[in-house]
Amino acid sequence: MGSMSKHETDHQGLDAEVTDKLKAQATQLVDQLNAGDYAGAMTVINDLSEVRDQSLYKEVGRLTRSLHEAIRNFQIDPRNAEQSEALSKMTDASDRLEYVVQMTSKAANRTMDLVEDAMPRASAMRDEAAELRDEWQRLRRREMKPAEFRALHARIDTFFVSLNADASATYDNLSEILLAQDFQDLTGQVIQKVTALVKEVEEHLLSLVVMASHVDQITGTVHETPVDDREPESAEQGVGPQIKASEREDVVSGQDDVDDLLSSLGF
Amino acid sequence: MKILIVDDFSTMRRIIKNLLRDLGFTNADEADDGNTALPMLKSGKYDFLVTDWNMPGMSGLDLLKEVRADDNLKTLPVLMVTAEAKRDQIVAAAQAGVNGYVVKPFTAAVLKEKIEKIFERIQ
Repeated sequence: MGSMSKHETDHQGLDAEVTDKLKAQATQLVDQLNAGDYAGAMTVINDLSEVRDQSLYKEVGRLTRSLHEAIRNFQIDPRNAEQSEALSKMTDASDRLEYVVQMTSKAANRTMDLVEDAMPRASAMRDEAAELRDEWQRLRRREMKPAEFRALHARIDTFFVSLNADASATYDNLSEILLAQDFQDLTGQVIQKVTALVKEVEEHLLSLVVMASHVDQITGTVHETPVDDREPESAEQGVGPQIKASEREDVVSGQDDVDDLLSSLGF
Repeated sequence: MKILIVDDFSTMRRIIKNLLRDLGFTNADEADDGNTALPMLKSGKYDFLVTDWNMPGMSGLDLLKEVRADDNLKTLPVLMVTAEAKRDQIVAAAQAGVNGYVVKPFTAAVLKEKIEKIFERIQ
């Protein structure tokens, strides 16, 4: 009778086909016991435990298949033609995330190259414009000798030419910086895939755990709980950026919070 | 003014280096964690240390403690630029003797303000 009540707790994990069979056999068992047919009853009990075993095997098989499927799905879909060749070679999450690190780092460095290239040009334009403006004011105040005016005239000519070249070079840098942001699309896709996979694996693992606990229940196995000897996250070593900082009391929400906290400490 | 920038991410070191250059500090070296930084600090006559917190090897907090424990370095101004945002951590950094604390992501204006404040207090 003990195994009967276990089956009831398993009910949700079982196919309708199995539960129907169980119900039918249970009725048959009761009828046979009432009729005094003990040999027949024993056969039904045997059948019952076979149904239990088979549904267990079936469930384990199903879970194994879906776990296998999840692992197989994790490979990059080769039909996704526009994904770079590098992507198709990757077969596991750490490679993919490493790719994200590389892509973001490449984009950041590319952007900084372009910015560092543009900055001296921009500051040279600004300085020359400021000097020319001062000279121009002198001219308007009629403080300029004819020779100085000729020099200014030539300088303004040169300035217009270089202004044109510098502004278009800066424009080119800016549009390349714009393009360098395409990493967000590519890395975003990779991260979404990894996230989906993690979720899927998590679900399958959870069903495996549930399944395993059912097996334990049926077989009456008791496990020792292993001691968690992983090192706890250490605030001393640093824990990295806080996710959902605004929902947490023990985390500052920005520089203003830091400043308030430090000034409360006498900084 | 010689500055040491310590961060395990080269991009972040580069950003800080660029911002410092904009503020007129052109002499900056880089290190990728406390273990690399400490010998540089001990031999390099640096005037200012900008450090991240969470790094492999020696963390920024441990580096700060080492600096404060060293007779030749204990007065070195230290600015922490980090994503570590727990209140306990900020208090711990303050107790360890940090001179300024900038939480990532930060702006150029914030970095400038904190650096200027540190030098104001020192002078």
